[in-house]
Amino acid sequence: MVAGKVWKYGKDVNTDVILPGRFLDSYEPEYLASHAMEDLDKEFAKAVKKGDIVVAETNFGCGSSREQAASCLGYCGVQAVVAKSFSRLFYRNAINQGIAVIESPECVDALNKGDEVDFDLLGGTIKNLTTGKTLTFRPLPPFVMEILESGGLVEHLKKKMAK
Amino acid sequence: MAYTIAEKILMRASGSKTVEPGEIVNAKVDVAMSHDNAALVSKVFGEIGVPKVWDASKIVIPIDHRVPANNIKVAEGHVKIRNFVKKQGIKHFYDVREGVCHQIMPEFGHVAPGLLIVGTDSHTTTYGAFGAFSTGIGATEMAAVWASGELWLKVPETFKITLDGSLKEHVFSKDVILQIIGDLTAEGANYKSIEYYGTAVDEMSVGSRMTITNMSMEMGAKSAIMVPDQKVFDYLKTRTNEKLEAVIADADAVYEKELKYDVSQIGPKVACPHTVDNVKDVGEVAGTVVHQAVLGSCTNGRVEDLKAGSRMLAGKKIHDDVRLIIAPASRQVYLEAMEEGLIQKFVKAGAIVINPGCGPCLGAHEGIIAAGENCIASTNRNFQGRMGSTEAGIYLASPATVVASAVAGVITDPREGSTW
Ligand code: SF4
Repeated sequence: MVAGKVWKYGKDVNTDVILPGRFLDSYEPEYLASHAMEDLDKEFAKAVKKGDIVVAETNFGCGSSREQAASCLGYCGVQAVVAKSFSRLFYRNAINQGIAVIESPECVDALNKGDEVDFDLLGGTIKNLTTGKTLTFRPLPPFVMEILESGGLVEHLKKKMAK
Repeated sequence: MAYTIAEKILMRASGSKTVEPGEIVNAKVDVAMSHDNAALVSKVFGEIGVPKVWDASKIVIPIDHRVPANNIKVAEGHVKIRNFVKKQGIKHFYDVREGVCHQIMPEFGHVAPGLLIVGTDSHTTTYGAFGAFSTGIGATEMAAVWASGELWLKVPETFKITLDGSLKEHVFSKDVILQIIGDLTAEGANYKSIEYYGTAVDEMSVGSRMTITNMSMEMGAKSAIMVPDQKVFDYLKTRTNEKLEAVIADADAVYEKELKYDVSQIGPKVACPHTVDNVKDVGEVAGTVVHQAVLGSCTNGRVEDLKAGSRMLAGKKIHDDVRLIIAPASRQVYLEAMEEGLIQKFVKAGAIVINPGCGPCLGAHEGIIAAGENCIASTNRNFQGRMGSTEAGIYLASPATVVASAVAGVITDPREGSTW
């Protein structure tokens, strides 16, 4: 459990603003992290810290299948994305990159930009340290938790095949 | 139990006796497609530590997004792919000359009814026009597919959309899908499979159907499927040895939503900046100044699209202040368009013809737009910054509307002043 800050955005945050196509020419983690969210929020990549969470309205991550849209957030230290709903490709990609994706309208409405939070994936809670409220969310399916606990699909597969 | 097409294909691919929406199945993949991002897939594949891919004959790799390479990093990525292809003995590799993945997959016979096809590209839904269940996945999960041949998939709920009636002159399948996306919104079919039926679909060419299944992704669909008919079989029979047999839904299959359209009521449409579901009648935005026009992409870059566009030229020149970029979807399309004299017509009119590939569609090269500029395109996405500056506007429309607008210099209703 790491404490972090909330970055809050609107609906239909698409993969072209999370990681614009012009930065898809490299897979270097630092390069991708430095351009995360650039076309939506220039401050994000500069100020984001490990443990922060991204919170958004509906249809987060719509658009392309580019996995870098999920991985760039992970490389920035984002531990979870909480949204009212997700595009299916972003949802899959984030899980495979080891980033928790929480679908919860209630949590979204109770979190504001800049709030300090304690995010607890296993416990299914987000403690909003700014407002003092504790929010709960529905746990992810067991096989998704397995992938997240391994740190992503690759680590998960490695473990599975070593067995 | 009664099943939809998606349910039947996933049932077969997962070896399950029954499936129901929401259930997660482990399915065996029939065809796995990756484009330029095969470089990333191969890197992750290396990390998994399996020496050989599961089946070198089931992986298809076309390089199409930045072709020929537009910078050193991209060139190095292409080299990595070529090396991987050689080392692994990947049978179906299409280098930068061949064209856009979603066009060459059917052209080279890598799609067939009933197959489960996954691709590391969101518009992989295109192959539903051939009766396949095809969907986009991420690079990491593709590496897992290369290693194991399997993938987890949630069985989607299905929407049934019936398109009846006949399209009016100057109206195309692009206008129909824009109308549907405008109605359902960008997230209206999230995670769903869509089945398309109706006499309007029957009347459409295979290419026009592909425009609809391709763009269904823009309302979040996981797959978009049409029942293959004789037109599809005729298209595929010289290209593949796969069994050509339609998977059809049971008469009492359960649909989450059913929609019906009379396409004769639909006119030319335009998706306005910056979301694909911001759809308007062309008349509402007519007169908007355009600086660039693009006719191409996996959505509308086929011979029939170039033909529809060329008819709007009617001997006229492209407006002095507009760059009309023509990007044939594939080398085969390019050749056929030359044989039909379409390329000559466009070049004479002042258009710029670029090599087959994604070109300006994703804003990587070959037609980047500046702040304050507008582009009208036959492509499938108009997100902010997609084709260049975040302060530019992208309007999506049919090939006819694109070329009519390129001639006039402003967004133009293709029915206006048309000579056909
Ligand atoms: S043409 Fe455009 S939409 Fe089609 S595959 Fe290429 S980049 Fe994607």
